[in-house]
Order: sequence, then structure tokens, then C-alpha cells
Amino acid sequence: MTERFDAIVIGAGHNGLVCAAMLAKAGRDVLVLEARDQVGGAAATDTFAPGFSVSSGAHLLYGLQPDVLSDLGVKPELASDNLRTIALGSNGSHVRLRGNEVEGVDAADQQQFREFHKNMRRFARLLNRHLNRKPPRLGTKDRGDLMSLAKLGFDVRRLGKTDMREFLRLIGMNIYDELEERFANPLLKGALSLDAVLGTHLGPRSPNTILTYLYRMAANDGRLATPVGGMGAVSEMLANCARDYGVNVRTGQNVKRVVVENGRVAGVETDGGEIYESLTVISNADPKRTIMDLTGTRHVETGFTRRVHNIRMRGNAAKLHLALDHLPTIAGIEKKDFAARFVIAPDVDYVERAFNPAKYREFSPKPVLEITFPSFRDPGLAPSGKHVMSAIVQYAPYELKAGWDDAARAAFETCIMDTLNTCMPDLAGHVEASELLLPADFEKRFGMGGGHWHHGELTLDQFMFVRPVGGAAQYALPLDGLYLCGAGAHPGGNVSGAAGRNAALAILAKEKGA
Amino acid sequence: MKTYDAIVVGAGHNGLTNAAFLAKAGLNVLCVEKNDYIGGAAVSRNLYKDWIYSNCSYVCSLLRPEIFRALELHRHGLQVTPYGGGVTLMENGDYFGSYWDHDVAHREFARHSKHDADAYDRYSADVMRQCRFIRDFLMRTPPDPTSFKPRDIKELIHLGGKFMEMGEDRMYDTIRFWTMSVAEYLEEYFETDVIKTALSGSGIIGTALGIHSPGTAYVLLHHYMGEVDGNVGSWGFARGGMGSVSKAIAGAFQAYGGELRTDAGVEQIVVKNGKVKGVALTTGEEIDAPVVVSGMDVKRTFLKCMDKNDLPEPFWNRVNNFKIRGSSGKVNIALDGLPTFPALPKGSPLLDGDMHFIDSMERMERAYDDWKEGTWSKDPYIDMLIPTVNDPTMAPPGKHFMSCFVQYCPPKVEGREWTNEERDEFGQTVINQIADYSPDFKDLILHAEVRTPKEIEDEAGLTEGNIFHGELTMDQLLFNRPVPGYAQYRGPVGGLYMCGSSTHPGGGVMAAPGANAAREILLDLKRHNTVPENFGDD
Repeated sequence: MTERFDAIVIGAGHNGLVCAAMLAKAGRDVLVLEARDQVGGAAATDTFAPGFSVSSGAHLLYGLQPDVLSDLGVKPELASDNLRTIALGSNGSHVRLRGNEVEGVDAADQQQFREFHKNMRRFARLLNRHLNRKPPRLGTKDRGDLMSLAKLGFDVRRLGKTDMREFLRLIGMNIYDELEERFANPLLKGALSLDAVLGTHLGPRSPNTILTYLYRMAANDGRLATPVGGMGAVSEMLANCARDYGVNVRTGQNVKRVVVENGRVAGVETDGGEIYESLTVISNADPKRTIMDLTGTRHVETGFTRRVHNIRMRGNAAKLHLALDHLPTIAGIEKKDFAARFVIAPDVDYVERAFNPAKYREFSPKPVLEITFPSFRDPGLAPSGKHVMSAIVQYAPYELKAGWDDAARAAFETCIMDTLNTCMPDLAGHVEASELLLPADFEKRFGMGGGHWHHGELTLDQFMFVRPVGGAAQYALPLDGLYLCGAGAHPGGNVSGAAGRNAALAILAKEKGA
Repeated sequence: MKTYDAIVVGAGHNGLTNAAFLAKAGLNVLCVEKNDYIGGAAVSRNLYKDWIYSNCSYVCSLLRPEIFRALELHRHGLQVTPYGGGVTLMENGDYFGSYWDHDVAHREFARHSKHDADAYDRYSADVMRQCRFIRDFLMRTPPDPTSFKPRDIKELIHLGGKFMEMGEDRMYDTIRFWTMSVAEYLEEYFETDVIKTALSGSGIIGTALGIHSPGTAYVLLHHYMGEVDGNVGSWGFARGGMGSVSKAIAGAFQAYGGELRTDAGVEQIVVKNGKVKGVALTTGEEIDAPVVVSGMDVKRTFLKCMDKNDLPEPFWNRVNNFKIRGSSGKVNIALDGLPTFPALPKGSPLLDGDMHFIDSMERMERAYDDWKEGTWSKDPYIDMLIPTVNDPTMAPPGKHFMSCFVQYCPPKVEGREWTNEERDEFGQTVINQIADYSPDFKDLILHAEVRTPKEIEDEAGLTEGNIFHGELTMDQLLFNRPVPGYAQYRGPVGGLYMCGSSTHPGGGVMAAPGANAAREILLDLKRHNTVPENFGDD
């Protein structure tokens, strides 16, 4: 006998869990099927060497939406909060950033930074209001869509003449020009430009990088934190919350296909041949995988298939995890500073040069890095007295022109270590074990296509109304009963939960309307 | 002392167009030009013996037909003859040609890829739809989205209405088209590298962006939205060189009673009591007028020709940060005969159009990487044309003129001024690339004029030699052009107007900025409008 549910969520990524919990909270009988043996998708804590664990995907918490937390009544336990960013320079002269404060630059840059931060925060908050809503469809006469559009227009106008003009000017612009206009200090410019390009296939000179910068600041003004137990703990928290609301979460169950009957969704089938019935199937997988692999293109229009096929989602972010017997020495950095987030992006042209090879499917010989030592504030992640270093490294294109063989991996790892060595000369001597995760590894481990942490590039042509593709931005795909709730849908990635929450609200609203 | 109703600074094609429409409305207009010849960057110059060089702009398509007709440019001698085709020569000895004839074009696409041949029809239809959409806005003043004035609201509704008219799916396509990179846009249609490369060139000509930079798909449009004789998207030669365009507009201006003075460079736009008073020439002479219209780019207008104290500070800062980047150069060559290209079949019509010598997307993008590092592209994108194949008036019988537009070329080399040796080296880079595909080319060269952005700035007055008077990025388009709040052709001082390509809809020999500015001036002066409305599309 097959089991039947009100809704089935494919994938227990954090968005899938949020979506399931929201639906269960509204009284639906929900099943979540996860291929891996643990929940969380890329928001996971994995052991990479005996005794050493790390957040293997995202390692900093900044995008988690307050609305998600309050709707579900949960709150993650933090190991550290409001982290400082330290832009590492040579010879121990660094630039330190937190909120609207910056140290290590001259008074003019400090003044400019306060102004820059104020502007960005204001625009990011405006953006955030619309990240937490279903984007309207365009060209319809539907009242909800028109209201939603009107609200967007109203919010922009409410900025006032000067700020509205500034917003409309900046929204399509590159971060490079804005930074060059304002600041003199190269470390400061490098660090800010890094925030705009992390997780993207863009360089600081690429238009659109102001948007990506704003996106990063949207949920909590860019405030950085780390959860106790790594990102996997956040997923556990969400899974427990979902279970409390009555969600049935089953791991080790890979969904093979979405069952379609009479032109509509009827359920899912797992690798084991098990069929679960439901008229509502919500995919936390990326949109390409959802349509091309799980559903099958024969159930949707050619035009739609073509659009889905064209979604750009080739990742560039790799991760390096190091098991250390001791913290490294960094000139000008005291022990207490190790709670911070360190960046190696010495100037904005360096970041742009790191990006150049990615255009030709080559890796950066001099990569940019975002580094944390999570075990410093969360000793449970490493054996006593030892430490974990977690670094996001760009750019490592998903596909390498010459192919990612062992030699290429080793060559890239050498480039990373050489770059680290410029600031942490004794690091190599402290390494007990290491793990390098390339975009292809993320794809394999977490199922995200292209290893792209946003499930699709976060650019204006794949944003809001046109995310994942035009006509499907409202979470419902053009097959009755099929929905998206992952980062590939509006608003995009990061451990934010917005896509999962928005999708649940859209499904509930649709049921109510029907 | 003689006074005028209006003084237009700069006799480029936009300045002249503006002056002509003002004169047509009965104003007493003076147009002053610093050079001893008119035309700005739309010029024909006799720089070597009997050769005529279109030494800046070199082809014609964008010139608005409304303006052509309203100013009766045909009566003033302007003839534009369309040219067909174009070709990209490949490193492997093959080529990819484009042809006007649909069936021939299809066959050529299919020779490289059947898939791409089929995709081309879809691509053409989609791009043409975007052209139609934007063409409607070219002859209109951009609305101020922050304003509550009825006129702005009406214009915004018009803009929104045109957008809605497209239908849901097309609206999404439009959003994407305006924000994507040309490389990614082409990627969605085509699979063959050389085909994508050939089509991508239009996305970066004149801009300091690479084919992978978001926003370059729009620039593509900027090269497709023109027309010759009603054929949207086609390009043509102005008979006698591009100077014929300026000459014809100047002819119209003078026929309406306007006065033209060359060798009259403006030192300063004079402001008194918050209003313009007139202009002071470099000779010290002052000429008064209640209206001064600048055809120069905004940086030159406000930073060089005005007193900072006369301008609001935020405005001055915005102009100071206006992006107007030199990214292209030109090499103009007098030839002893027609060079041969062994890759092409004998008598091929492909020689009539533009020729390119870069055949992969990677080479295109790497050319941009050189520019970012502050040097000229070592393997540049060259848009080469031999206008004399169509227009024998530009060179002695049997001889030819070749125009090479070169992308990318920086205004300064690694942050310092160009040296003569570097300029020659840049010219040689261009010549060598062409010579790789034409063994007899070098021997035919009689004279070559090499122009880096610096020469273009010095002669035509374009800041950094930027051919569009400012980058065509989203932060500098429509109501953001040239700077937010000043997109309606009015400067920050009473009586001061802008009519150059720094204003909407931007550069190219289009004349729309000049005409749009005239409409606003006539509105302010409560004169009847002489500027034609958009023809509307077919």
C-alpha cells in the first residue's frame, strides 16, 4: 500500500525543512525525503578528518531571515556573533570592519565608509522586504500581482527623491566604480569587493555587483555569526522544529522521479521503487534538476524547457578545510582576533584579476579567500587544543578547460596554500589534514547543479520576476501540483530560509484561492 | 555687439541638429565650433593627398529618419547607401560570412552549424522585438521617476504601457535582455564559437566592458536599432564620408538662417546671477545669449568650460564621476589598391561590408583584459571597412580608403600619457593582425593615421575619446543619463541645456539627443515645436 500525504518535499535542505515546517504548522500532512543520511543539504556539518568537523558548505550565518525564525518560533544558538572582518594586508597592517565602523584607514575613508554603509543598509533593507515576498507576475490583471508591483514602486518612491535616484543608479552598477569613487585604501576596497563577488561568476568590474553586495546585507544588515556545532546544527534545529509540527522527515531516500498522471503531479518515486502519493510535490532541488531529471521535459512546454536549460548555474566557489594542530601566526593579529572573519583580497584589481581566468574556465593562480577559524569559539569542532580552518576560495570554475584531474586539484591547492602563506607563514607546518571541495564535489555531495550555492547565478536577468525563469517565479512550476522551494527560486541562496517560507505561503494562498 | 537667442557650443552632428531645429522655430541661433572644420566626430577629412578619411565615425545607420526628413537632409546632399554583409576571418583559414539575403545567410550559418542556422531566425526575431521596443523611446524625453509632474507621470505610463503591450513572456525576455551580457545572451541561441564571436562584437563597440560583462546585450541593441531607408538594422555609408552628414545638417541650419562660426573655441560658459549670460571664446571675445546649449560631453561642459562655483556641488560630483571611458582607437589607411584576402572566394561580396579578424569568444574577452590592465589589446577586435568599394568619391580611381575601428585602446597607457612609439606600436598591432589574412596588404599602405583615445579627445573634443560621450551602462541610461535628475536636457543653471551624446539616448551618429534637447528648449521658450515625433514602427 502506498502512503499518501498532503505535500511531499524533495530534499531536506534548510529551505525544504522551512517549507515543510510552515505547511505542517498550517495543518498539512507533510513528508520530506532526503537522499543523504543527514538533513540540511549544503547547510551541513561534516567530519573531514578524525576529530575535526566543519560547516562544509556555507560557514557563516548572515542571511537567516528573522521572519523565518519568528514564524517557526526557533532561534539558533550562536558560538559567535557580530564578527569583525579583518582584511589582511602585508606586514601586519590590516583593515578591520564591523557594522559602519572601519579601523586602519584614514579619516576620509572612515567618513566615506559610514556614508556608504548607511546607503547600502537602507537599500538592502528595502530589498529585503521584497526578498520575503512572492514576486508578482508581470502583465497579468491579477489584483495580488498588481498590488505587489505597486508596493515595490511605492517602496522605491518612499526613499525620497535623492535616495531614489541613487538607488536607481546603483542597482545595475558594478561595485568597482562605486568603491573607486569613494575610497582610497586598497585593503578596504578589496574586502568590500569580495563581499560583492563571493558565490558568483562576476568580478568587481562586472555590472550587477552592487546588487549582489546588497543581497548579502539584506537580511541582517550583513551581520555575521557562526552557529554552535556548525551549520549542520541550524539544519538539525529546523528539522526538529519540522518534526515538532508533525512533519515526517526520512533520510537516505533518494527521489528518482516525480510521478505525473493525467497532466498533473501525483507523487514521487524513490530509488527503492517506493511510491509516495501526493497532489503537491515541492522540490528543494535546483530548478534544472527538478525539471530535466526529476520531472522530465516531456511534461512541460519546449519554451519553458529552453528557459530552464539556459539558467546559468556554474559555481566558482571552492572550500578548503584544514585540520590544524595549532593556530597559525599572523603578523599584527592577536590570539583574541581569531574569532574574526579574515579575507585575503588585498585590492580590488587583485580580485578582478582572480576572476579573469574563470572566464576561460581556468582557476585563479592567485585566489581570493574568506577564512574563518570556527573552532576558536566552538571548541567542539576540533580535538582539544587543535583547530579547524574553513576557507571559501575563488575562483575555481565548475568545469576546467583542461579537466579537474588530480594534478589540477593539487596545483590549485598549492596556489591556495601559497596565497595563505603570504599572510600565515607558518600555516603549512601546522596542517594535519586537509580537504578541498570543488564545485563539482558540492554537486556530488549535495546535489546542487554546477555546485552553485545560489542554485543559479544571482544576476538581474535571473532575479525577482525572472528567477528561476519568467512565469515560474511564483514557486509554482507549469505542471499542476509541482513547486520549487530552493535557492533556485526567488530570492536565491544563502542560509536564509526565505525561499522555503515564501514557497509555503504561496502554496497555502493558492489552496485557499482554489 | 550682436546678441543671439541661443548659442550652441560645438558643431558636431548633435549640436548642429539642435541648432537647426531652434533656427527652424525662428530663433536667432549661433553655433560655435573650436576646429576650423565642422562635424565633431562625424567628419570627412582630407589628410593625405586626394583621399577623404572618415577618420572618426565611419558608418551610418542610427541617424533618425524623423530628423532626416524634418531637416530635409536629402536636399542638402546627404546620401546613405546601404552595404551588405560582413565577414569574420578565422585562424584555421575558413571564414564566417553574413549576408542580407536570408537564404544565403542561412546556408552560410548551416555550413558551420545546422543548429545555429535554425537558431538565427529565432534570434533575429527576438532582437528585432527589442529594437522595436526601444526605438519608441529614442525621440522622447526620459521621464523623471521621482517627479509627480503630470508630464513625467504620463511619460512613465507610456513607457510602462509599451512594456506591458509586449505580453507576459516578452516582458521577461526584455528584463533579461537589458541586464545580460552579450556572451550569455548569444550562448542561449548558438553553439558555434565563430558565430557567437561575429555577433558579439556589436555588444562591446565603444564601451569599456567585455562581452561577458552584464549589460552588454543592451549595447548590441544600440548597433541594431538603426536603419537605412526603412530597413531596420542595416548600415550604410554616407557618400563622401561621414562629414556629409554634418555638412547636410549644417546646410539645413544655415538655410533656416542660422549662423555658423568655426575656429571659435569656447573658453567658458558665462553665468551671472544664476543664469547663463553667454559664452567667452578662447580669443577673449564674449557673446551673449539667454540660452546656451552644449553639444560637448558633460565632463567637458561642466568640468572644463564652467566655473565650479556656478554649479551645485552634488551635481558637480556626479559629473566628475560620470563614466566616460576611452576604450577604442582608430587606424585610417590610404591604400594603393584593393588588398586581397585569400580565404574568401574570388569576387566575394563579403569585402563590401565590415571585416573582423578575431574568431573566438575567448580572444574577444582577453582583448578586454588587456584594457583593464591599462594597455591596448595585443590581439584586438578590429571592425574594418573599405568604404571606397561602394563610394569611389573618397579616393582616386583604383585607390582605396580603409577604416579600422579598434577595440580596446586605453586613454592612457598604464596610467601615463601615450608616447609616440607606443602609438606606432598600437598601429602596427592592427596592421599586423590584418596582414595575417591579407599577404599583399602591407605593401599597399600609402599612409596610415593612428588615433588613440588621446588624439580623438584632442581633435574631436570627446573626453577620453569615448565615442558615446559616456558609457552605455544601466546607471547611465534613460533617466540616469547623464546624471540622475538632469536627464531632461536642462542643466543645473537657468538657460543652460545639454544636447550631446552624454544625454538620452546616447551616442552614435543618431542626432536624437540634439533634437530632443531642442524640443525641451522650445517648450521652455514657449515656441512652437519644430522637432518631429517618432514615426512609430511600421
